[in-house]
Amino acid sequence: MDDRIIDRTAAGLAADIREGRATSRSVTEAFLDRIDAVDGEVGAFLHVDRDGALATASEVDAALAAGEELGPLAGVPVAVKDIVVTGGMPTTAASKILEGWIPPYDATVVERLQAAGTPILGKTNLDEFAMGSSTEYSAYRRTANPWDTARIPGGSGGGSAAAVAAKMAPLAIGTDTGGSIRQPGAVTGTLGAKPTYGSNSRYGLIAFSSSLDTPGPVARNALDAALLHEVISGHDPRDSTSIDAPVPPVAEAARSGASGDLSGLRLGVVEQFAEGAGAAEPGVLDAYLAGVDQLVKLGAEIVEVSCPSFSYALPTYYLIAPSEASSNLARYDGVRYGLRSGDDGRRSLEEVMGLTREAGFGPEVKRRIILGTYALSAGYVDQFYGRAQKVRTLIKRDFEATFEQCDALISPTTPFTAFKYGERTGDPYQMYLADLFTIPTNLYGGPGISVPVGLSDGMPVGLQVMGPVMGDDITYRVASALESTQDPLLADTAPEIEGK
Amino acid sequence: MTKLSTYEAAMAAYEPVLGLETHIELDTGTKMFCGCPTAFGAEPNTQICPVCLALPGALPVANRAAVEATMKIGLALNCRIAEWTRFARKNYFYPDMPKNFQTSQYEEPLCEDGYVDVAVDGDHYRVEIERVHLEEDTGKTLHVGGATGRIHGATESLVDYNRAGIPLVEIVTKPVPGAGDLAPEVARAYVTELRDIVRSLGVSDVRMEQGSLRCDVNVSLNRAGDAWGTRTETKNVNSLRSVERAVRHEIRRQAALLDSGEKIHQETRHFHEATGETSPGRSKEEATDYRYFPEPDLAVMEPDREWVERLRSGLPELPRKRRERLRAEWGLGELEMQSVVNADAVEIIEATVAAGASPTAAVKWWLGELSRRANETGVELGELRIGPEQVAELQGMVDDGRLNDKLARQVIDGVLADEGGPAEVAASRGLEVVSDTGALEAAVDEAIAANPDAAEKIRGGKHAAAGALIGAVMKSTKGQADAGAVRELILSKLG
Repeated sequence: MDDRIIDRTAAGLAADIREGRATSRSVTEAFLDRIDAVDGEVGAFLHVDRDGALATASEVDAALAAGEELGPLAGVPVAVKDIVVTGGMPTTAASKILEGWIPPYDATVVERLQAAGTPILGKTNLDEFAMGSSTEYSAYRRTANPWDTARIPGGSGGGSAAAVAAKMAPLAIGTDTGGSIRQPGAVTGTLGAKPTYGSNSRYGLIAFSSSLDTPGPVARNALDAALLHEVISGHDPRDSTSIDAPVPPVAEAARSGASGDLSGLRLGVVEQFAEGAGAAEPGVLDAYLAGVDQLVKLGAEIVEVSCPSFSYALPTYYLIAPSEASSNLARYDGVRYGLRSGDDGRRSLEEVMGLTREAGFGPEVKRRIILGTYALSAGYVDQFYGRAQKVRTLIKRDFEATFEQCDALISPTTPFTAFKYGERTGDPYQMYLADLFTIPTNLYGGPGISVPVGLSDGMPVGLQVMGPVMGDDITYRVASALESTQDPLLADTAPEIEGK
Repeated sequence: MTKLSTYEAAMAAYEPVLGLETHIELDTGTKMFCGCPTAFGAEPNTQICPVCLALPGALPVANRAAVEATMKIGLALNCRIAEWTRFARKNYFYPDMPKNFQTSQYEEPLCEDGYVDVAVDGDHYRVEIERVHLEEDTGKTLHVGGATGRIHGATESLVDYNRAGIPLVEIVTKPVPGAGDLAPEVARAYVTELRDIVRSLGVSDVRMEQGSLRCDVNVSLNRAGDAWGTRTETKNVNSLRSVERAVRHEIRRQAALLDSGEKIHQETRHFHEATGETSPGRSKEEATDYRYFPEPDLAVMEPDREWVERLRSGLPELPRKRRERLRAEWGLGELEMQSVVNADAVEIIEATVAAGASPTAAVKWWLGELSRRANETGVELGELRIGPEQVAELQGMVDDGRLNDKLARQVIDGVLADEGGPAEVAASRGLEVVSDTGALEAAVDEAIAANPDAAEKIRGGKHAAAGALIGAVMKSTKGQADAGAVRELILSKLG
């Protein structure tokens, strides 16, 4: 089994390609073949770019043959969440409103992938415009959890997580607004990292909530994620909110964490999360606590910290994110690109705009646009959006105060494991609870990582590590140390999908 | 047909309060949030990119040159420059606005609390500035197929996004009470002054006819001692003359309504260039809720004080100072200079003087004959089909004795009719002064022969009687003789 290309780590594949034991083309082909074989069952991809991926792979092989020095992931293919703009390749945000749109430009993240010589396998499924926690709100297809195909893969980035979990890609790009990288990671037994807000460019990332959206890596282990993190990170003058500072040394941290030594590190457990964890499934709690024991054995000191404002994080998020979304999604009006509906030559412009949005957006997107429009309306804006911003400031202060007492915070990534299809779509609040533990970090802007920690009833559970702003390296160090206690890695024990 | 009071009756009963919002497109070369060029008049949709078309995923980055230009305007208008300022989104749907929100500023404008001093008829007015903020322009929509060019009745709408994202500075005054019956002139004088200030800064070409300076005019009326009335906002008043006309019209229209006991609706109105009237646009009472909130895609700006002071000390000579200098150089009185300013003739007179005319002559032509022509045809001085160089040439011909005033006016007719420059027109229309002494002597002799009584009187010492003979000579030469020369000739022959 170990000799299968698709079972190898990204770091291992990169070394094979660099040192001539494999070609990028053969590696890329292996993953494309895997997609052909199992994606009918998993449903992770919305678009597969076989020709484009192989062309890039051949270029890398030629460059290596010519003796060129390439980056640490050269030749290793990547899947990209379909909310990241790829020039010449369909980009839909899993929405009907962008069906058929071929972007004329590349996101900064995509440019950096190309510069690093990573073939792009295709675009992965998500909840429409990244709004959801199960990928059920995709307008195109259902994505299955490779651990149990009757269950959801998390969301919004269920496609990227499922692609990596089912070994259709060694690496994937996700985006995280309230947990969309970490929560799918947790429920599919993969590792997902949300970098510090502003450390990874949002240019070309289709906006859901501008002050929260962050692109980041999905992988089966911390080092692979860190290598991808370093490829896509760094200042971008095209993003005004981009931080102009050196990228934290995450790959180095992942390597040093692999030694399993966490002595001297103080990890905070948030008192208010323990209350919240009361709402978490007992099995999730057990797996998480077992992980905490492991961290203690590795030398970490656990301290309890208090973050009183965390209790308000969920409602705060559900005011700020929909408010920004209601404005960000206004551009989808059928005038310049994407779907246009009802333009029969008799209807007015306004009617056509309205019909286009009616036909093009799904129920969750409409719900959030309405919520956000309301929260920003005259007479309500101070009470809703304005107060949410104030609470957000308090949450930031809580984090800052906490990092005076410890190096990072830990928690379960999500209160429950992957649920069955349709189980929570009837009650939005039950769906929103999936992000209870991931949302505070987005409101703060710091890094968060979800690392597989154990199983509950056979389904994966994730442990979340939250660091201070630009302290991404700490989160990788802890994740990597936790992995050192697993043999095999939890991420590698997913049930085999037979496919065709 | 709108019912109107006479202006005099309106002013006898009410006091106007003005408010002006002016939009100025900056000449930054590139757009506010992307690198697209801003040149006027390019083929539609050739100056666009993912950012200004609002493609999914595109992000704005603020143009430093535009921020700097706005601060210069703020400083020239005596404003305070914010230490902390940010952009905000103004949300509303319109097809020429690619994002369906305009990136503007709301509670934290870049510049606040300034003033502009203007003078009308010897009185000085201080127009206080509430704020100067930075935003982006929209695209342009063309409605095809309807009779009016408006969206109503159109069968197709075309959008040109070249203008979308051009940096736009909005300058908002505080309410301006106390202008009384000079309100229309004060409004015009303010916009003129603003335009001249911005032009002197070199940050915009401020051409109203191209839309790089656009003005919204707010007017309300109240009886003396009463609270201010309900205002109307007349949108897109796009020439200095129209500013004055729009204010005057709104005063007359509102006065008629108030006289008959009706209420003024708070609304936006359109100005019609052809009739000088305004008509209702959308009502403010049912206006859009813009749902302003801070723009999360753009970093907060904190202009450092050193930068601000450097800009302040680098401001050029502002129009007010420049006018004082020119007034002294030209030897004009204060009122005379004010007339020049209010006629928007400073630049054109300066150019005429530079082309060789004496200041007195340049002022005389532009404020007299040429102002009259401009008024008759309803255009600005600068839009007349005669320029400073031609006026200087014309005056040169007068100075040389080749033209007299009457002939010069006829030459102007020809120049305005595109018949060529002054010399060409004089030649082609045969308008030169008759300086051929032989021809003139013959005409004088003829006049003496035809008016023996008058000739006798002159011989008898009654020189006043020469008038009749001069008139006869002028008539026979079709006005092309120099009256002084004719008089001398008559007196020498009969003296």
